[in-house]
Amino acid sequence: MSIPTYKTEALKSWNKAKEIRNDFYKRYQNAHENGGLRWAGGAWSFGAIPCGLGRDIFPITGEPYAAGIAFNKEFSLRCLEATERKGYARDLCAYMRTYWGSIILDEYLYGGKFPKPDFMWQDHVCCSHSKWYQVASELEGGIPTYSIDVAVGPYNSVTESKIDYIVAQMQDGIEWLKKTTGREYNDDLLIEAVNNECRATSAWAEICMYNMAKPAPLDEKTMYSLYVLGTLEKHSKIVADYYEELRDEVKWRVENGISATKHERCRLISDTQPPWGFLDVFRYLEGFGAVSVGSLYTFGLIGVWEDKPDGTWGPRTTPAQKGIKIETREQALRILADWNLSKPEWQHFYSPHLKSDMMIKICQQWQVDGVLLHYNRGCEGLSLGIAENRLALIEAGYPVMAFEGNMGDEREFDATKTMSRIDSFMETLGMKLINQ
Amino acid sequence: MINVGIDLGAKNIKIVMVSNGEVIARGITLSGFETKENSTALFDSMLQEHGIARGDISTITTTGSGRKAIDFATNSITEVTAATKGATTLFPTSRCVIDVGAEEGRSIRIDPNGKIIDFALNEKCAAGAGAFIESMGRALELTVETFGPLSLESDKEIPMNAQCAVFAESEVVSLLHSKTEKKDIAKAVNDAVASRIVSMTRKVGFEKDIQLIGGMAKNLGFVDSLKRALDSELIIPDFPEFISAYGAAIYND
Repeated sequence: MSIPTYKTEALKSWNKAKEIRNDFYKRYQNAHENGGLRWAGGAWSFGAIPCGLGRDIFPITGEPYAAGIAFNKEFSLRCLEATERKGYARDLCAYMRTYWGSIILDEYLYGGKFPKPDFMWQDHVCCSHSKWYQVASELEGGIPTYSIDVAVGPYNSVTESKIDYIVAQMQDGIEWLKKTTGREYNDDLLIEAVNNECRATSAWAEICMYNMAKPAPLDEKTMYSLYVLGTLEKHSKIVADYYEELRDEVKWRVENGISATKHERCRLISDTQPPWGFLDVFRYLEGFGAVSVGSLYTFGLIGVWEDKPDGTWGPRTTPAQKGIKIETREQALRILADWNLSKPEWQHFYSPHLKSDMMIKICQQWQVDGVLLHYNRGCEGLSLGIAENRLALIEAGYPVMAFEGNMGDEREFDATKTMSRIDSFMETLGMKLINQ
Repeated sequence: MINVGIDLGAKNIKIVMVSNGEVIARGITLSGFETKENSTALFDSMLQEHGIARGDISTITTTGSGRKAIDFATNSITEVTAATKGATTLFPTSRCVIDVGAEEGRSIRIDPNGKIIDFALNEKCAAGAGAFIESMGRALELTVETFGPLSLESDKEIPMNAQCAVFAESEVVSLLHSKTEKKDIAKAVNDAVASRIVSMTRKVGFEKDIQLIGGMAKNLGFVDSLKRALDSELIIPDFPEFISAYGAAIYND
């Protein structure tokens, strides 16, 4: 088999992405120095809403914070063991255990003591989300906590009354935020944040669309470092602007044949969070000329999509693109609720078949040759039904390699065995290591 | 010219030498900790025993978990590919190959052209592999050679934890304390391993013919358990523990 060779170069906007991420954690840490407020919550929470309290409100989102710790194996293990010593079970969400461990040790990944939030702002879509912050609040001595129940079913069954249910909780939440912080609430800031979120999450989907090109302009290992900005602050102008800049650069890469990897002869997708301490798995794949072009996870955790008239998947049209001007709090909240409920990663909490359909659609549109499924013991929510997904993908004609692991607990990932399994899987696809 | 296949397994190193499609030599030795040295020693002794000059050898293909340890190999392939190549060359009607060795069990589904459709390996669990039987044999004070035949003498059905070797061993101890006969415990152990392997095989899906290879194919009790669990006859080739080495040897044909 001939081995194609492509031009490749580093992303020009790479350093900017790193700066945004570093600034995010510093801004949270230093929020109180200038009279600002800190809040903590999940990457899935309606982060646009606290923005109405002012421009000096800085969040920390638990999942990406814990993923960052997982990359630091020494600190990760200390966090996990600290949580276990407190009596929490090892089979709970690995992000949650890591986050709690950072609080228990009172150590911040980016130096110093763990900065206590002024309030918790969370929602509840997976089995751990609300409990996570309930316990975090207790560990930190009783931080005021608010959580929104979003379990209204998949988007294809959403009705106005279901939106009403969520919006009513959001409205109550705004009153709770005012009472908890003693601040007034500015609807214009809310509207700005909602527009930013729609712009950022649609732009991320557009970036992912460019990866349909052969060769792919981005590999998934790189995408992890980019999509994460959306998990930090999807409602911020900084992230929305950055994603539009990145989108233009990725478009340029496609137009100029710039590939993510030197040799692309096999296109894969993965699923769920990877074992964060072992991202060299993706570099190992590159040795075969295999590139992971994304996943439902990297595409759909931050990206918001819609079915286009021809049946394909594409970025969801933003309210601004439709000519809708958001003018009131109620309108902003309704759009925010509807927008988030349509997010792909929210769908499969209700049925693995919905997830299988989306994965097969990705395989078709992105011209995928095989799938790596991470049976992720660290995340019950995203692993739910993954064995069903495997069967559906095989039935649809896509070779699948499953491997067990944990996104945030390296004690449950066997790197050597996984690499060995990759060797076998690659051989079944007709691939050998290029330098062998 | 002669083609050589070396299967560096967790417990044993197996070498097969093939000339014009015919096996001309087989050799086996314990892997130990010095796999490279032990492989080289076995290889050299086979050359000497069969009067083969090094220059007569055209390819040396390694497979098995230790396959990367050999620096004189010309090629290396995974266990899945080697098992499939060897098994389907001997019995082209095979649509499913079950390979159970000391460290690992694997099930491979194959299309009529010999192409691998899917495969599954036992995860972090010893209960689907031969080392588990050895461990249980030690608990029962039985040799590996007597374990299988003894289990065939039992007609009892004793359920045992098929998911974890650690739990299973404590169950064996409990059964011994309750004066359960060794033959019944041996059968329960073989049934448990078979259950584990069948669960894995069902994961990839299977159709007949089913071929069993690997060292565990020599355990008659396990073979009987597997047949009952699959409700199917099994093809068992001669020298089942050498099939992956054979597949490696003929890989370049």
